Amino acid sequence: MSLLSLSNVTAFYGSAQALFDVSLDLEPGEVLALMGRNGMGKTTTIKTICRMLPVSSGSVTFADQEITHIPSHRAARLGIGLVPEGRRCFSNLTVYENLIAAARPGYWNFDQVSALFHRLYERRDQNAATLSGGEQQMLSIGRALMTNPRLLILDEATEGLAPMVRQEIWTAIATLKRETGLAILLVDKSLRELAQVADRAVILQRGATVWSGAFFDLTEEISKKFIGV
Amino acid sequence: MNREFMVNSALLLGLVAIPLWAYVSDEPFTITLATRVAILALAGVGLNIALGLGGLVSLGHAAFFGIGGYAMGILASHAQSYTPLIESPFLLEGTKSMPLIWIAAIISSALMAMIIGALSLRTSGVYFIMITLAFGQMLYFFAISWPAYGGEDGLSIYVRNGFPGLNTLDPIQFFGISFTLLICALWLAARLAHSPFGLALNAARQSPQRVETVGLSPYQLRLVAFVISGAITGLAGALFADLNRFVSPSMFSWQTSGEIMVFVILGGVGRLFGPVAGAALFITLEHLLGGISEFWHIWLGLLLLLVVLFARGGIIGLLAGRGSAHD
Repeated sequence: MSLLSLSNVTAFYGSAQALFDVSLDLEPGEVLALMGRNGMGKTTTIKTICRMLPVSSGSVTFADQEITHIPSHRAARLGIGLVPEGRRCFSNLTVYENLIAAARPGYWNFDQVSALFHRLYERRDQNAATLSGGEQQMLSIGRALMTNPRLLILDEATEGLAPMVRQEIWTAIATLKRETGLAILLVDKSLRELAQVADRAVILQRGATVWSGAFFDLTEEISKKFIGV
Repeated sequence: MNREFMVNSALLLGLVAIPLWAYVSDEPFTITLATRVAILALAGVGLNIALGLGGLVSLGHAAFFGIGGYAMGILASHAQSYTPLIESPFLLEGTKSMPLIWIAAIISSALMAMIIGALSLRTSGVYFIMITLAFGQMLYFFAISWPAYGGEDGLSIYVRNGFPGLNTLDPIQFFGISFTLLICALWLAARLAHSPFGLALNAARQSPQRVETVGLSPYQLRLVAFVISGAITGLAGALFADLNRFVSPSMFSWQTSGEIMVFVILGGVGRLFGPVAGAALFITLEHLLGGISEFWHIWLGLLLLLVVLFARGGIIGLLAGRGSAHD
């Protein structure tokens, strides 16, 4: 049984339709890459999963529960952890405060997050607004992990970061997959890095699923046709 | 030891030293002034939880202040007249016991805060301000139209309520009680601000949607904060009524809400000791300038203008610099 399942989902921003027919399945412990060119509906799909955008038709189920119409905080409580695009830490709180504000009981606590991102431990008393972009991204991932999710969604987690920091983030994602078996939904443009961690991929075009399959089945031809790389 | 801690300590020391000096110099009026500072600061500490921590600009906190005051007035007046408050289905007598009155004030104002909060927190911004103001005014006019408890004239209590082991008619002992409750409220507010709940509430002020994505409901966080805030303000109302041995509908008025908010803004929104500094300055100005002109509020207005324009952190921010307040 899938952990997350979207079936023929449509969604609107006001009167403008953004999603036309998105379907995807994600199994427990699986890393799924959500791909597509800019403006094809990747972030919008994530917003519908996290219940930040209403679903017009279709259904979203998570851990055998229909979550199509529940409020956002209840979806998060069921175990959906989001690392949003653009990091978005609580800038008026310190690193430690950012992490414990969101904490729920489970495997992930401050010590575990510090072990994954040692820099966060070093900066624990520093205001989040004063962190570098990479550190803010680590904090954003750490904050999502502190909710002890069953599914971690990373939306453009490495965008705009220096190559060394990007590598650090990818290493952390690989560690999460290897050591915790956490299900991960990834949106990223780096095909090479995605290939190292993703088990399967779903490609969106104009708000609809146009391809899905094992990541190693993603041929150059498909990639060029739908993603442009 | 940071600067804010030193400023806060100096403030507390001053608040204790002045009434002690007044006690030694036999100046009971000064002790009463210090008691008013402690009680109004307590009301401010309550509002600061909603305003400073939760970003909830409530212009209806006088509702809780008034409920606390009337809880004291009603219970004490029944005890005074030896008439029961309720006869059926069960007998409920009045009381002159301060702890019992405080419990009644806290529970009744918390319940009212839950009702007002549950409705008003569905809105935000100017609508939230207007709804809280409307609730305060509704209770104000209800108190005016309630002849059983004095209506517009208010209700006089001829005795001071009692506290086991203390002579509450002695101004310095009554100050001690008020000051101790203020310290307890400050401790609670400090614990709250650094607890996961307080941090999440603070985060919800910055971005409600982001807080939702980590599994927390901004509405529930704010409602809990509003109830705690209302309960503390209600306790202050009970003490204030006991100090004056009088309750009147003016405790519910929007001017009272405005004054409590002025303490918080003058002292520093979100600063733990902001309401203490604000209330101390307000009472000092009222005492010093009020003797010169009845229009002393003009100078208070000017001062408020200067604080809002040039010292966003209020007096505490001015003295301690940008610091621990999550602003």
